Amino acid sequence: MEVAPRCFKPLNDSELFVRNIRLIGRLDIKAPNLIKGIHLEGLRVIGSPNEHALCYYQQGADELIYMDCVASLYGRNHLGDIISAAAKDIFIPMTVGGGIRSVDDATQILRAGADKVAVNTAAVANPNLITEIARQFGSQCMVLSIEAKQVGPERWEVYTDNGRERTSLDVIEWVKRGVAMGAGEVLLTSVDREGTRKGFDIALVRAVTQEVTVPVIASGGMGKQEDMVDVVLQGEADAVAMADILHYRRATIGDIRYVVQAAGIEVRSYDQTP
Amino acid sequence: MTKPPEVVVIDYGVGNLLSVRRALEHCGASVQVTSDPKLILAAPKVVLPGVGAFSKGMDELSRRGLDTVVREIATKGVPLLGICLGMQMLFDESDEFGMIAGLGMIPGRVISVPTTSSDGHSQKIPHIGWNSLVLPQGRTSWQQSLLHDIKHGAAVYFVHSFMASPSDPEDRIADCLYGAVPVSAAIGRNNVFGCQFHPEKSGEVGLKVLKNFLSQ
Repeated sequence: MEVAPRCFKPLNDSELFVRNIRLIGRLDIKAPNLIKGIHLEGLRVIGSPNEHALCYYQQGADELIYMDCVASLYGRNHLGDIISAAAKDIFIPMTVGGGIRSVDDATQILRAGADKVAVNTAAVANPNLITEIARQFGSQCMVLSIEAKQVGPERWEVYTDNGRERTSLDVIEWVKRGVAMGAGEVLLTSVDREGTRKGFDIALVRAVTQEVTVPVIASGGMGKQEDMVDVVLQGEADAVAMADILHYRRATIGDIRYVVQAAGIEVRSYDQTP
Repeated sequence: MTKPPEVVVIDYGVGNLLSVRRALEHCGASVQVTSDPKLILAAPKVVLPGVGAFSKGMDELSRRGLDTVVREIATKGVPLLGICLGMQMLFDESDEFGMIAGLGMIPGRVISVPTTSSDGHSQKIPHIGWNSLVLPQGRTSWQQSLLHDIKHGAAVYFVHSFMASPSDPEDRIADCLYGAVPVSAAIGRNNVFGCQFHPEKSGEVGLKVLKNFLSQ
């Protein structure tokens, strides 16, 4: 496979200066607990979401993603209190997803201290919601969350409700539509790889990054530091969301940053002291 | 025991103020978020936050009579920090959707972030993400400035489509480079300061900037 990573071969100066690949801690939550599943199922309790969040912030995470795993099932997001508590100690951008069904839901969670909202199920049901949120808060605030399952060679289907429901939508068609409607970023979760530690679905990530110009966050399957290097260099991911590897303390954000940087990937210059 | 510094965050209906408040509190300040001119005029330090469109920001300020209040406190010598749109509004005018007058406390204009880099390639707008602070041409250090004790190259978090262009190069404290184009990232003129980036979302570096402001 011919690889032309954006971070190695800058096509223009802007890529040189701001193509910082982001390291994102992902917290899947079934209130009040931080949980972790495999293929988004068989959820196991890890601990307190904000203890882990604070730890990843202190390790130098560039952003955090909070996902309410059961929100779509019950029709609302329960993360308001958790986010509002996190905003006392955590001073990096936070994205919140799970059960965001309206501009009002988005407003509430942004007021609680979130910077962006991630929408999956409700956007599939009503794609206009993408445009409404983008109009109200700017497209940088509207993250399209996609749960993808492979259904054939180079073919992936969109799932909703935390990987429970199929939609018959093709991932590539849907991501193009979502971006055209105003999504400013894509959170792409491989249901097949999620929680397996087998590495990212690089073909999926690459198929998406080749189709859209907005940043794509690869999620699902990070087993070791090198997996991040692969999904950035081969998949051209703009950011990587990691959960299991951090929750089970198999590596710190600092360890990962070091390995990724050593592979020649541009990341934020990070120093414990200002 | 020293009393924590009192700081007022101006609430003029634009953007989410919780994060700014929490960050200032984290720095040890007792914070009041208000749109009451009396409280703002009595404040020892004032923060003017803001996200969104310049015209909307100016409209919301003047609708509440706060444009004159902000000018008055700045003239009195009260330390004032504008964040993001709040920094842009400190300037004379903006060309966002036609020419709109700003607060006129720092000489200069607000212009679009160039959509082409210095070598002619197109680049993404808005400018979003972590970018490094660098010394503007002609400046040799950040000591005794808003960025006191911050390391050259430290990264902070940006989200913006427009940028300030100060007419007096002395007012530029820090730049960041976007497509090799210098973007004014932090400014200061006497007691009036601004940062284009979000110190409340820039980790420990951002908190240090706020601490520096609080110790002005």
